[in-house]
Amino acid sequence: MLEIENLTVEVAGKEILHNVSLSVKSGYTTVLFGPNGSGKSTLLMTIMGFSGYKVRSGRILLNGEDITHLPVNERAKRGIGMMMQRPPNITGVRLKDLVRVASKGKVDIAKIAEELDMTNFLERDVNVGFSGGEIKRSEILQLTAQNPCLLLLDEPESGVDMVSIEKLGAKVRELLQGPSHCAGWRERSGKAALIITHTGQILDYVEADRGYVMCNGTVACSGNPRELLAEIRKMGYQECIRCKLNQPNLVVENVASEG
Amino acid sequence: MASDEERRAREALRKAARFGDDIDLEAYSEGSRELAPVGSLEELPEDTKTTLLDTGIVPSGKGRAGNFLLMDNSVVHSAVMGEGVELMPLSQALKVHDWLKDYVWKAVRPDTDKYTAETYLENADGYFIRALPGAKVRMPVQTCLLLKDRNTKQYVHNVLIAEEGSELEVVTGCTTSKGVEKGLHLGISEFFLRKSSKLTFTMIHNWSEVIGVRPRTDVVMDEGATYVNNYVALKPVRSIQTYPTAHMNGPDGVCRFNSVAVAHPGSVLDLGSRAILNAPGCRAELISRTITTGGTVIARGQLVGNSAGIKAHLECKGLILSEKGVQIAIPELEARVPDVEMTHEAAVGKIAQDQVEYLMSRGLNEEDAVGMIVRGFLDVGIRGIPEHLKAEIDRTLQETDVRRG
Repeated sequence: MLEIENLTVEVAGKEILHNVSLSVKSGYTTVLFGPNGSGKSTLLMTIMGFSGYKVRSGRILLNGEDITHLPVNERAKRGIGMMMQRPPNITGVRLKDLVRVASKGKVDIAKIAEELDMTNFLERDVNVGFSGGEIKRSEILQLTAQNPCLLLLDEPESGVDMVSIEKLGAKVRELLQGPSHCAGWRERSGKAALIITHTGQILDYVEADRGYVMCNGTVACSGNPRELLAEIRKMGYQECIRCKLNQPNLVVENVASEG
Repeated sequence: MASDEERRAREALRKAARFGDDIDLEAYSEGSRELAPVGSLEELPEDTKTTLLDTGIVPSGKGRAGNFLLMDNSVVHSAVMGEGVELMPLSQALKVHDWLKDYVWKAVRPDTDKYTAETYLENADGYFIRALPGAKVRMPVQTCLLLKDRNTKQYVHNVLIAEEGSELEVVTGCTTSKGVEKGLHLGISEFFLRKSSKLTFTMIHNWSEVIGVRPRTDVVMDEGATYVNNYVALKPVRSIQTYPTAHMNGPDGVCRFNSVAVAHPGSVLDLGSRAILNAPGCRAELISRTITTGGTVIARGQLVGNSAGIKAHLECKGLILSEKGVQIAIPELEARVPDVEMTHEAAVGKIAQDQVEYLMSRGLNEEDAVGMIVRGFLDVGIRGIPEHLKAEIDRTLQETDVRRG
């Protein structure tokens, strides 16, 4: 579904991503691990098409179409939806109005808001005065309304308290998998996700199929997400960096074998 | 023998106003004082009724406590439907209430500038509204000031008294008949809010491209009075200069000015609001949201703190949607005693790109995203506006061309 090919990205004149390649297959949930500042958010912002993230070289393909230079709304129209880490405040625009526009009138806003404990926020201005956890729930509410085929989630669990994370995790799972937990069904549903996680906590709620580790603006490693997480928890990201330096061909092989 | 007041007014006939372009009063002919009265607003021609509706005036008068219509310089309709309120032409009220002379021209000085001076000397008529002591007037009184003939100048002199403990809402629509491009509106409004009274006053300006507008409004507030002023100007106009001022003379008064305006290409809007906090415990909030799509907006605001324990905030925010547009924000804070809390916040600039792209990432195209942000931006300025007017203003906002030039 999504192919990132040798992507080099610059932000404010500084190269942040260097020659990144990865792929997210239709129906697959892919997680992106990596320490702070490794370029994970930059990658997601670039895939969504936000200005300020300048592609110097490489391509982004969605279902075979080159979307590298499409405007943000064209990407949304083609089925990409993103949960931002720090979305802007939009004073004067009520959350319910944005949700309604995002859903094109197709969903029961009151119902999904209730499921996410967001009923009282519908009349509030988008993100204004929201806590970290409230922002996450608001983003998931908007995404549920939008119902994209490819979800880009930037640290869905960060800043969320233990009670809310249950609900949030359940909603993310529902978004990705629908009512079924069967991997085969998921694949047929056509939904895919690229999820940034710093702690890996989201894996308690969401089945992931593949994991990538980003360090210093490059993909350091890829593989089974749970195994990767276990390694990271045991050895830390330093080990990934060291490992990558020792085996520069590992990543290339991994990507090639997926193709 | 000319009174002292009259003499000063005569001397002020050439006195330019402190702000705004100096308009040549000789270039307009005086509007008729002899237009035929109408029995009800429903009798007006269809296009006039539509014009009224656009400014929040309901021709049927349904849900209103009173109707008043000034056309050019003639009061053509004045009717009271509700209880607890008086409404009549000021000229008539002066005959009915002997004491009223102690109010007229006491809030606004006739020699303020040439516009007040001429209005004074022309002995202008307008509305007299009075909420009786303790009366909670359930429905709003609606007044409309309509410029009917081209090249006309309209003089208006309004006096409003909210007696002790009363509550009242007034909606004023100021507009022009279709086809009237050139005209001048001079409007003097003197509001007196007695102890513990509450007035919500909403003014909607729907002028047209070549109209000059010079309202002069002063509000005198006694102890515990509450004044809410909503001002909406979304349509093109040549030039508006206004600086309504609340004089908060009694303790614990509350006032709030909300203003939203759009400066279209060719429009110059010089809009201010001022609160003078003269007594302890007074609170004031002045909020303005302005947009330029090619015109000039000067958003002024002034808070004067003359008494201890007052609290006041001033906020002017402006969006520039066109290369040709100009936004000038001039917030002023003036404190004359130490124990005051006065703040201001001013910001002008373009729409934040991250906001536009955020909405685009939810599937909106750029134009719709900008429209949504702009309407939201203005919405903050009209949140205090009465519910019954919201739908109308929302509709106007939807129609307002806010595309980035």
